[in-house]
Amino acid sequence: MIGIIDYGVGNLFSLTSSFKAVGADVFVSGEEKELLKAEKLILPGVGAFGDAADKLCSTGLDKFVISQAEKGVPLLGICLGMQLLFEKSYEYGEHEGLGLLKGQVVPMYGKVNGLKLPHMGWNKLHLCKPESRLFANTNEGEHVYFVHSFCAENCEDSLAAVTEYGMAVTAAVEKENIYGCQFHPEKSGEAGLKILKAFCYGKA
Amino acid sequence: MITKRIIPCLDVKNGRVVKGVNFEGLTDVSSPVSLAKYYSDNLADELVFYDITASAEGRQLFTDILTEVASTIFIPLTVGGGINTTDDFDRVLKCGADKVSVNSGAIKDPSLVSAAARKYGDQCVVLSVDIKRVDGVFRVFAKGGRENTGMEAISWIKKCVANGAGEVVVNSIDTDGVKNGFDLEMLEAVCNAVTVPVIASGGAGKKQDFVDLFNALPKVDAGLAASIFHFGEVKIPDLKKTLRDNNIEVRL
Repeated sequence: MIGIIDYGVGNLFSLTSSFKAVGADVFVSGEEKELLKAEKLILPGVGAFGDAADKLCSTGLDKFVISQAEKGVPLLGICLGMQLLFEKSYEYGEHEGLGLLKGQVVPMYGKVNGLKLPHMGWNKLHLCKPESRLFANTNEGEHVYFVHSFCAENCEDSLAAVTEYGMAVTAAVEKENIYGCQFHPEKSGEAGLKILKAFCYGKA
Repeated sequence: MITKRIIPCLDVKNGRVVKGVNFEGLTDVSSPVSLAKYYSDNLADELVFYDITASAEGRQLFTDILTEVASTIFIPLTVGGGINTTDDFDRVLKCGADKVSVNSGAIKDPSLVSAAARKYGDQCVVLSVDIKRVDGVFRVFAKGGRENTGMEAISWIKKCVANGAGEVVVNSIDTDGVKNGFDLEMLEAVCNAVTVPVIASGGAGKKQDFVDLFNALPKVDAGLAASIFHFGEVKIPDLKKTLRDNNIEVRL
């Protein structure tokens, strides 16, 4: 069973539908006792890092997520949910993340060669971790859908894919049972569904 | 590098997709759910749904259809039509929309853009503008292009972007339905005024029109069209191959 963590950030309709579309048994909850039943956890997120981190802490779910991750429960962070996995973010101030992965989240402003921000649209994945589970069924150069203005850096030990947008942008991370996608697999058509499928079931 | 997006637009009235020429003489085309699935399977990068229903029943029908579309296809969905308040944003976002397009609603209440951007983020707020030349000046039209607001279009767009609109759909009433190419002059003026993504709408009749658009105006991010896609005059996979042959980056 896949548990999508509901901590009041963003709308989980598409994410839930996309897991159903790959045949997963999925539920949405903000309750620890429910989420304990999940064999795999999804940490979603849209909006600002500071707000999301505050909400996660105020519900106590931050400690729950960390403890489940430390027990080895597979955890996939999506978009802002991926950014929350890192130690710190510098999005409008300085905020603590969950610290499950090494690295920081920094603004892309001033680094993308004058390109528009947010980085919004379909961009190519360049895979950089041959043993990756997330990309077990993905080919080099497949397109996925991004919407973000901040990105993770100094995360070489978990880096699984990058995309080019005036700079090499962290597109996905993976380390042991901790996974993250900066892009939205639930909005990336077939390419995205393949990634969710690989997270759920491994190599097809 | 990020790709240029090709976006079919579905005008929905009473649960069916319709498309007018110059906004009048609506013709029934097909079911929104089957068209959406067809487009998603055929490389559309995003879909736009405009609810052109006026009645409450029609609105309910629209949200039901949207829910069905959003649980069937997994590409970004933008919804517009009848968006006048942040409650309207809420209503369509809960049905699975990713972005919400405001047009007349923002004209009636210019604070709508900033209120929605604060609540849902800039990336969620799409400003859609119907523009027509009146005595050589770009003017904003309201109510589906029927009413001249008297506002100058470029300053209106700049104001809305400053208030948090994260994307702008420029629909040229002058070229809409004419099928003789996008309104490059109007689009260039908008691209020079804002730094958010600009989506070109109105006037596409053939593949070459998209090639000309992206070649002439590299700052344009996406091309939107309706009937040429619905009636199969332009097939999106063919269009994308042509764009790629012209060194324009697309998702294929």
